[in-house]
Amino acid sequence: MHKDTSYEAVMSRRGEIMKKAVGIDYGSFELAGVAFDYEQMMRKTGYSLEQVQKIQRSTGVGNTPLLELKNLTALARKFSPKGKGARIFIKDEASNPSGSYKARRASTSVYHAKKNGYKGVIAATSGNYGAAVASQAAMHGLETIVIQECYDSRGVGQPEIIEKARKCEAYGAEVVQLTVGPELFYTFLTTLEDTGYFNASLYTPFGIAGVETLGYEIAMDFRELEGKDPDAVICTNAGGGNLTGTARGLIKAGAENTRIIGASVDLSGLHMASDTEFNRKSFTTGHTGFGMPYATWPDRTDVPRSAARPLRYMDEYYLVSQGEVFFMTEALAQIEGLERGPAGNTSLAVAFSLAQEMDEDQTIVVQETEYTGAGKHLQPQLSFARENGIEIFRGNPQEEIPGKNIILPSHPELIKVRPVDLKKMKTSYVKNTVKKNAIEQFSQDEMVFLQEEVKLDKVKLEAILKDLSIKY
Amino acid sequence: METIKKGSWVRIYDVVLKSTERSPNLPEDTKKVPLEMWNKGFLQKDAEIGDRVTVKTLTNRLVEGKLLEENPTYTHSFGKFVPEILPIGRQLKDILRGGEEDA
Ligand SMILES: Cc1ncc(COP(=O)(O)O)c(C=O)c1O
Repeated sequence: MHKDTSYEAVMSRRGEIMKKAVGIDYGSFELAGVAFDYEQMMRKTGYSLEQVQKIQRSTGVGNTPLLELKNLTALARKFSPKGKGARIFIKDEASNPSGSYKARRASTSVYHAKKNGYKGVIAATSGNYGAAVASQAAMHGLETIVIQECYDSRGVGQPEIIEKARKCEAYGAEVVQLTVGPELFYTFLTTLEDTGYFNASLYTPFGIAGVETLGYEIAMDFRELEGKDPDAVICTNAGGGNLTGTARGLIKAGAENTRIIGASVDLSGLHMASDTEFNRKSFTTGHTGFGMPYATWPDRTDVPRSAARPLRYMDEYYLVSQGEVFFMTEALAQIEGLERGPAGNTSLAVAFSLAQEMDEDQTIVVQETEYTGAGKHLQPQLSFARENGIEIFRGNPQEEIPGKNIILPSHPELIKVRPVDLKKMKTSYVKNTVKKNAIEQFSQDEMVFLQEEVKLDKVKLEAILKDLSIKY
Repeated sequence: METIKKGSWVRIYDVVLKSTERSPNLPEDTKKVPLEMWNKGFLQKDAEIGDRVTVKTLTNRLVEGKLLEENPTYTHSFGKFVPEILPIGRQLKDILRGGEEDA
């Protein structure tokens, strides 16, 4: 009776296990070739904005405060050319039940699991999402299992991840902790099979629909406050769901002219699956180790088609260093009186730098904050880095080398974001599509799909294909 | 050795995949080490540290592993003081007040 639980056997049952655990027939959205009907998938299997608002209202999720950061704006203006220095606002998502915007993302998944008779939910995450799922499941009376990548082979864990395990357990969840490696997916599959629980995946339409309310609220709050739409909304970007959901919400609110900006911590050079490099980074999300691969190949997740597709929405993308984000985290506490977690402040660091280039009558919304506490705070994260041989000093953050040092800016004027070449990322998306599907030529329908996937008009997409010598 | 009583809240450890059983697409350093797992639960029989045991987890699953400790404690904290952080707030306030900082 016992099923074969060898690595190969479990991986080969992957499709079947996932189908049972998310209940979505992804095949029905596939179109010819590489294309699929993204909007149809979001409509048919997600929830409408009104439904999500209702679900979230009943569990205390959302309707978080939108605050103006007057002192940070004043600070940015000290270093801005005359007439520059946009006003900075922040959506205080830390006031969600589990302390981050991830409560929105979990709310719809857990609601859906409950409605469909699942006894429990499982999430594979080392981040805020575990606590979000556990908190929502506690409200609905469901069991939760969270599977974390937590330790290196010495058994040393990132303090931030250990804190998140504690928070999951505080909501009654079982937490399975693993060492570094993508085979977390194997444990995830065996646990799903073993329990029959719902896969509260980060990447289903349920999760992304849950984030749409964040973008929608930003537009509505902002109009009430300022009588117009914000000029830019900045999203900390890793797997891309935060940006995708927020952008979709803004569009649903009709804020068509708001620039959607992605922000990530630059961890280039560090390999995400490396045992020895695992504890040489001080950010566990919002960094390029997720941001780049997930944007340029979204369908690498646990589900066949990811609902998080950031290149569809991103207008600009900027990188900041670990030291710059830690500095801004301290600044937010010291001059704005808001002590919040570092990872969520990635977009804040970008806002501080970009504000100096934008006109002073323009506005920027930083779309989130996250909770802070033991382990998940710049003090323990920097202390841990130092124990792991990372040099920490004040200086020029542009000289930071991930895995070697963390440079806290010696002066706020030195905080300068670095733009990512989006055309390069879009090219890389196209290249991945060609490689994964062994494409020789794209059809007209596939071209329409690709244009939407990378947010380019026909002429620009054709230029990329010509550069790559791909027929269409 | 001290016996840990059935029903105690304990932490266990297990090897999920030996290094030879791991996925082929791994960096060299990760390839050399096993995939390891930690979990917590209620001990199903009296046992000693290091014994192979079964626990019932918070979701009532039975999970096997090596017994590590009783009443596992959270030890994460705010870490050792990092003095480089301290001057930042004072510097920013100085700049806002219009003076030049000397931090
Ligand atoms: C606080 C916070 N901000 C941003 C992100 C990034 O979200 P995404 O992975 O959807 O890009 C995460 C997710 O890990 C998060 O926890």
